[in-house]
Amino acid sequence: MFERSILPGEGVALQVRDLNFYYGDFKGLKDINLDIAKNKVTAFIGPSGCGKSTLLRTFNRMYDLYPGQRAEGEIMFNGKNLLDKKQDVNLVRAKIGMVFQKPTPFPMTIYENIAFGVRLYDKLSGSEMNDRVEWALKKAALWDEVKDKLQQSGLSLSGGQQQRLCIARAVAVKPEIVLLDEPTSALDPISTAKVEELVSELTEDYTIAMVTHNMQQAARISNYTAFMYLGEMIEFGKTDELFVKPKVQQTEDYITGRFG
Amino acid sequence: MTLYSRRLLTNRIGIALSMIAMVFGLAALLWILWTLFYNGFSALSWDFFTQDTPAPGTEGGGLRNAIVGSLMIVVVTTLVSTPIGILAGIYLAEYGATSRFAAVTRFVTDIMLSAPSIVVGLFVYALMVATLGGFSGWAGSVALSLIAIPVVVRTTENMLLLVPISLREAAFAVGAPRWQVSLKVTLRAVKAGVLTGVLLAIARVTGETAPLLFTALNNQFYSTDMSQPMGNLPVVIFQFAMSPYDNWVSLAWGGALLIALLVLAINIGARVIFHQKDNF
Repeated sequence: MFERSILPGEGVALQVRDLNFYYGDFKGLKDINLDIAKNKVTAFIGPSGCGKSTLLRTFNRMYDLYPGQRAEGEIMFNGKNLLDKKQDVNLVRAKIGMVFQKPTPFPMTIYENIAFGVRLYDKLSGSEMNDRVEWALKKAALWDEVKDKLQQSGLSLSGGQQQRLCIARAVAVKPEIVLLDEPTSALDPISTAKVEELVSELTEDYTIAMVTHNMQQAARISNYTAFMYLGEMIEFGKTDELFVKPKVQQTEDYITGRFG
Repeated sequence: MTLYSRRLLTNRIGIALSMIAMVFGLAALLWILWTLFYNGFSALSWDFFTQDTPAPGTEGGGLRNAIVGSLMIVVVTTLVSTPIGILAGIYLAEYGATSRFAAVTRFVTDIMLSAPSIVVGLFVYALMVATLGGFSGWAGSVALSLIAIPVVVRTTENMLLLVPISLREAAFAVGAPRWQVSLKVTLRAVKAGVLTGVLLAIARVTGETAPLLFTALNNQFYSTDMSQPMGNLPVVIFQFAMSPYDNWVSLAWGGALLIALLVLAINIGARVIFHQKDNF
């Protein structure tokens, strides 16, 4: 079978143990076990419907919004089980941020897009908030492009800029983990390159878990890769090993393009 | 006859029929507007806005008391029904997806939307006028609010349901509690649509007569005391239009024109707001 552990000596950001997920009666995830390494990029690949986005959405309990979806098992984060009913979901989401496939700027100014999330958990003075907004926009490599139009609508930016604004928004809250759900699939190649570069830089401060349809992308920027198929974790390991010499035949078939 | 010419003919018949239908509908509307302008425009004068409704048999007069009364009643109605309607709409769209209480609320709202306004008037009469011992402007505002609220609730809910799920999820993803997501993100995304709903509700109640007949009644003197019977345009029009005095009938036409222009202005305003790109 696969090895689910990360290299010894690496910090663990999330521990997933015996995770099962249900959409009503349909079982979307089957006995998932996995560690997400701290300050590394972990990529999830696999054909459509394999459960990679579902898995990502258990990490910040996004599925909670929908009645009929439920998860069983454990996801340990800072010594607590995220799936615990008593867990404050909003707090989890502040600690584990998420960026989605389509850019989703809020209907407010660029400045407010960033400040909205910060204000929820931090009481900052006006100048501190200005600093935080600038800091987050710099982290997302967007500052130079928007510094003169912070009071314009977030919707006035281009698609690629909007996506970086969403990354800045996620980063501004100072989470520990950032989840990226196919963050570049709606972007042009140049914007994609910018976002990819950004992801690598973000690992200085954050742990990244990212779903992608693009295997080259996974190979380029991730440290660990998980290959999923039909709700199961088929193989998990260091990215260079998984892509160069996969241990499971299915993985090899998928990454060489023979199915999927 | 070739296939092509047959299609051409069918097409022409179809267009002709829909043109006739359009002309028929539009002609009726233009006829009403024309009559309104023809009879009402001559009544509009300085006195019309500065003098109060004349006593029977006296010359001249205006509609000052009715205009001011109508404005006050409608403003109070707006202040009452806007927050209630918007908050109820938020509840239905954001919180009440599956709850039984929400389903009942939605059902009652739909009934209220099509309830005859005279029934609403009688209800408020029984509730406030008969028990508190008198007709009043407040009662009029309550009756109009009962008509306006369902309109606002429905538009708010429908608009909020148009917000893409991705935006809602994105707001939750930064750790925002549901009330903040609703008030600061989704409501903001559709504020133009919600505002349009409020304006259309105002337009709707501005011309309502039946609810006011049983509640605010009328007052031939100028009064800004909402706890007393209050002059208002629809009831004045109703009474004056059927009176034997020429100046009364003329004032009724003027009042009708005034209401029509007001509703027209509100509708145009609503369209302008709705089609405006969000600029914040």
